[in-house]
Amino acid sequence: MSTLQRDPDTRVEILDEDGRVRDGATVPDLDEAQLVEMYREMRLGRHFDQRAVSLQRQGRMGTFPPMSGQEGAQVGSAHALRNDDWIIPSYREHAAVYGKDVGLAETLQYWMGDERGNQMDGKPVFPAAVPIATQIPHATGLAWASKLKDEDRVFLCYFGDGATSEGDFHEGLNFAGVFDTPSIFFCNNNQWAISVPRERQTASQTIAQKATAYGFDGVQVDGMDPLAVYKVTRDAVEKARNPDGDAPRPTLIEAVQYRFGAHTTADDPSVYRDDEEVEQWKDRDPIDRLEKYLRAEGILDDERIETITDEIEDEVAEAIEAAESTERPDPAGIFQHVFDQQPARIANQQAAFERLRDRHGDEELLE
Amino acid sequence: MSANDTTETDDLTLVQAVRDGLYGEMDRDDEVIVMGEDVGKNGGVFRATEGLYEEFGNDRVIDTPLAESGIVGTAIGMAAYGLKPVPEIQFMGFIYPAFDQIVSHAARIRTRSRGRFTCPMVVRAPYGGGIRAPEHHSESKEAFFVHEPGLKVVVPSTPRDAKGLLAASIRDPDPVVFLEPKLIYRAFRGDVPTEPYTTPLGEAAVRREGSDVSVFTWGAMAQQTVEAADQLAGEIDVEVVDLRTLSPLDTDAIVESFKKTGRAAVVHEAPKTGGLAGEITATIQEEALLYQEAPIKRITGFDTPFPLYALEDYYLPEPARIKDGIREVVEF
Repeated sequence: MSTLQRDPDTRVEILDEDGRVRDGATVPDLDEAQLVEMYREMRLGRHFDQRAVSLQRQGRMGTFPPMSGQEGAQVGSAHALRNDDWIIPSYREHAAVYGKDVGLAETLQYWMGDERGNQMDGKPVFPAAVPIATQIPHATGLAWASKLKDEDRVFLCYFGDGATSEGDFHEGLNFAGVFDTPSIFFCNNNQWAISVPRERQTASQTIAQKATAYGFDGVQVDGMDPLAVYKVTRDAVEKARNPDGDAPRPTLIEAVQYRFGAHTTADDPSVYRDDEEVEQWKDRDPIDRLEKYLRAEGILDDERIETITDEIEDEVAEAIEAAESTERPDPAGIFQHVFDQQPARIANQQAAFERLRDRHGDEELLE
Repeated sequence: MSANDTTETDDLTLVQAVRDGLYGEMDRDDEVIVMGEDVGKNGGVFRATEGLYEEFGNDRVIDTPLAESGIVGTAIGMAAYGLKPVPEIQFMGFIYPAFDQIVSHAARIRTRSRGRFTCPMVVRAPYGGGIRAPEHHSESKEAFFVHEPGLKVVVPSTPRDAKGLLAASIRDPDPVVFLEPKLIYRAFRGDVPTEPYTTPLGEAAVRREGSDVSVFTWGAMAQQTVEAADQLAGEIDVEVVDLRTLSPLDTDAIVESFKKTGRAAVVHEAPKTGGLAGEITATIQEEALLYQEAPIKRITGFDTPFPLYALEDYYLPEPARIKDGIREVVEF
């Protein structure tokens, strides 16, 4: 049975806080290899996140938006997609885009201030959107274009709870409803838009209920339960690809979760929220819950976990090494990709810039 | 009241002076309110509103939903109804959802209603590059707002001006876009009078007197330009004019300086094409053509999107580029 046709204030949940299957819940049909891979990617995401924050603290990287606590929502949803389905991220979906073969080194390169990390050439991933909610209409447009081309791809757009206050959220979802696009709008409701709590963003009881106004399904899910996230996203994918009769294709998923860390490394959450609240949410850590479940199922044991731990540490270390050893971008890159054909005025500015570099040398210019 | 040398002062950074200016205006006028994303409990992402929430409460220091158009649009309504809102847009790169409200409504409500409604609102936004920030956190798009009749555009470059210009903007009966150069938010400190005071809008300040060439600039580039001018001392006598208010421009100050030197350059971070250097150059040619001894040099950002931070130091004008440009003007 689809998880989508229910009251938007009834949360879909499968695992409890101790990783046990809740009474009456059905575990989605995932084989052992898929479950282990989901676990591995969540662990990888957590370790990557911790290392990235540390790099920023050491001055080896610029501002970075951490995602600890949100791995279950990212990995669970990304795994529900087909290989050629698209992800339209905001800027925090480091684990989700990894599922589309965006390497950790590319993600690091982008956050190290190098545009080449945002290219993700050949992968069904749209570039990171830093302004809030602006990617939502793009996601609708991508899905709409695909539908007009008679494809059967699905387009999953991530955004946060704060984004639902923006006009672009309304306009993007409204268009999706009107033009019945194969869209999934996936709200990572992590409770805090920097310092502003979810209650201050909207007087709606849930974010999921907003879908009612656009004429399609809205569903709330425990976003720190990767199996529940997988299940609802899978149902939304199926419906978007092959809707029953006149059922509308789009779905709004509200994945209820928590950002354990700061909004970005430039933020200090101790100013606006209590440690006690953070600790309460840490009891629902998506990684612990999946690990307990997989241990109980006999799929994971100490030995396999140790192997995974070693592997992910190596993978992150290699990504850091690769990102830091990548040659710095050529300053000429400033002038590239502005247009297809470079206008003469820009060419002249580039030539003047190169003369400046010749006269002074990079060391003086960057002093 | 104007600041003078005998007044009590505090040693503040530019961002602390902004905060001090907000505090002073809120304290003297109950109609002044601060609103925006993270301005309340968090005290602003740059701490520009720190302590105001505790002092004035959540009816006057308001954490809003994350919606720039909503923030500015509701502020326009509040302003039209007698309050003096000071909405903050967290970074200038995020101002565009509010662009329609600012240019189509804040700037026009006085004209539209033949003076019945006015918009005494100050939209504050940190702007400019150089802080190793992500995309959309580094742009300088002051020209968009200067181009809109009915808006004033103000850019402080010192702590003292930040407080005085902000107070003048809040007391001004018309809408002001107040752009804060975040590169120099904490770069240096300066004496700031403790009591509230205003620094008049529409008046440029000569930061360094000189006789060979006039360099017009504002914001974070004022520091870079004074540094370049100091390095040229002995070789070229450079006058540096900090415009401070970009709309309305202080034409008299621009023309007066140019008539003295006959040569000019303009330094801004914004892209060259359509940037204010063009407007300043045209103003000089209209008002003082016969004094002109050399082409006026524009030392600016490039006509490209602002690069991510690995390359941003190449994008921004710095003393070497500014000195080369000044020499070109003088050696013509």
